[in-house]
Amino acid sequence: MSRISEEQVRHVAHLARLAVTDEEVERFTAQLDSIIEFAEQLNELDTENVKPTAHVLDMKNVLREDKSAPGLPREEVLKNAPDHENGQIKVPSIIE
Amino acid sequence: MNFETVIGLEVHVELKTESKIFSSAPAHFGAEPNTNTTVIDLGYPGVLPVLNKRAVEFAMKAAMALNCEVATETKFDRKNYFYPDNPKAYQISQFDQPIGENGWIEIEVDGQKKRIGITRLHLEEDAGKLTHTKDGYSLVDYNRQGTPLVEIVSEPDIRTPEEAYAYLEKLKSIIQYTEVSDCKMEEGSLRCDANISLRPYGQEEFGTKTELKNLNSFNFVRKGLEYEEKRQADVLSSGGVIEQETRRFDEATGKTLLMRVKEGSDDYRYFPEPDLVELYIDDEWKERVRASIPELPDQRKERYMNELGLPAHDAKVLTLTKEMADFFEATVEEGADAKLASNWMMGEVSAYLNAEGKELSEAALTPQSLAAMIKLIEKGTISSKIAKKVFKELVEKGGDPEKIVKEKGLVQISDESELLKFVTEAIDANPQSVEDFKNGKNKAIGFLVGQIMKASKGQANPAVLNKLLMEEIKKR
Repeated sequence: MSRISEEQVRHVAHLARLAVTDEEVERFTAQLDSIIEFAEQLNELDTENVKPTAHVLDMKNVLREDKSAPGLPREEVLKNAPDHENGQIKVPSIIE
Repeated sequence: MNFETVIGLEVHVELKTESKIFSSAPAHFGAEPNTNTTVIDLGYPGVLPVLNKRAVEFAMKAAMALNCEVATETKFDRKNYFYPDNPKAYQISQFDQPIGENGWIEIEVDGQKKRIGITRLHLEEDAGKLTHTKDGYSLVDYNRQGTPLVEIVSEPDIRTPEEAYAYLEKLKSIIQYTEVSDCKMEEGSLRCDANISLRPYGQEEFGTKTELKNLNSFNFVRKGLEYEEKRQADVLSSGGVIEQETRRFDEATGKTLLMRVKEGSDDYRYFPEPDLVELYIDDEWKERVRASIPELPDQRKERYMNELGLPAHDAKVLTLTKEMADFFEATVEEGADAKLASNWMMGEVSAYLNAEGKELSEAALTPQSLAAMIKLIEKGTISSKIAKKVFKELVEKGGDPEKIVKEKGLVQISDESELLKFVTEAIDANPQSVEDFKNGKNKAIGFLVGQIMKASKGQANPAVLNKLLMEEIKKR
């Protein structure tokens, strides 16, 4: 039985804003299925008393003091914007 | 059919740190667009966020003041979504280990006290600000991107729009006391979304809820909920069903309008933020932050009632904001009578601030000058009426009340021989009023008092004046 459906693959692609063809959906579904199968090996381990890992580095509390410094010059910020107007970045409107 | 209303509120509060939560860009409101950003806020490839210690401490402080349990082990998560207000396409937030959980605040509506539970308080970054143009574009200002934010989610314990209002007022008051946020709705440093559903009385299961947005004042929250409560009741009573949807409050009409229908739950694909390590808050750190929490509004209110003998209403109004309460206390410490100080704070001072749209700190009035003025009233040097003239000067220009009184010749006339002149003049000039009064028209005395006040430029001591007037009339 497949571990992931074509419908789920389409859904995830949509969430990532990826356009996928029917042929790709079929191929990715098979590939993702094998990836999940590979990861399933972990199920063989008893993890009952193991805390979930949130981070692979064994570090805690990397913090900075609350000090501010001037931000980037606005010209620099706007350089990478596709378009701008009155110092603001201009994008096609997406009304929720 | 009668329905029970169930309301839950989500409140976002911006923390007033100097820099942003993950970068050193200034986190201040009101700068020119896109001048307070760094490569971290803009989500450039390869940059690393570093957590602001003060933002953590502010969130802890707020959580503690709201009676939450503060987590010992906590972390940040990515909430993935595409929208131009966030250049990274994900927001760094907290998913399953919020910094605070299981809190509560107490509200009072119509003399009834009630506890409203707080499910969670978590720390996250704010997004940029979008302005939609008329020709189909949006303009984005990323200054707000990365401003530290706490989201405070209430339990669905609220049963009326009035309780929702009281909850917000109390929440704002407590947060302001902790001084971690300005809580200014007009500047967006406090924002609120509301969830509301109806169910038949006695039913345990919640009804389908709608979410209200664009609630730009506490009053609009109350109005929006009142409208939505009625709309849902009408739909249900006529056999309809409530759709799970997001609705926008329209300020012009007071109605809620459909924004979008929600299909299933949002799919944000949260996962632990790999760019930030875990956060461990030990007891010592917690206690240090706990010790920095000042006396909160409810405790202050009790103290004003018990120690200063103020009525409950005064104590509540005075303690609503820390600024007001601190000013009041300083005035009392300067030697002013507590009840008189309270009357002036709730009366003239509040009226002036409301009329001018000012904060207390922007007025020229100081606790010292207010106290000195109140003492002049207590001593009988000036009447309450004259005091209003002195107050106007103090609040607009500042200064020493005693000097103002002397310079402007506002000292109250209590000397009987001096007042007698005014009394005699008034009686001589108005024989008809004297006659009327003797014939039982009590109103006539008021006219005579008015004439004397006018002649003395309001400086006559009312008590002495009344006594003299009665004596003189009897002689006629």
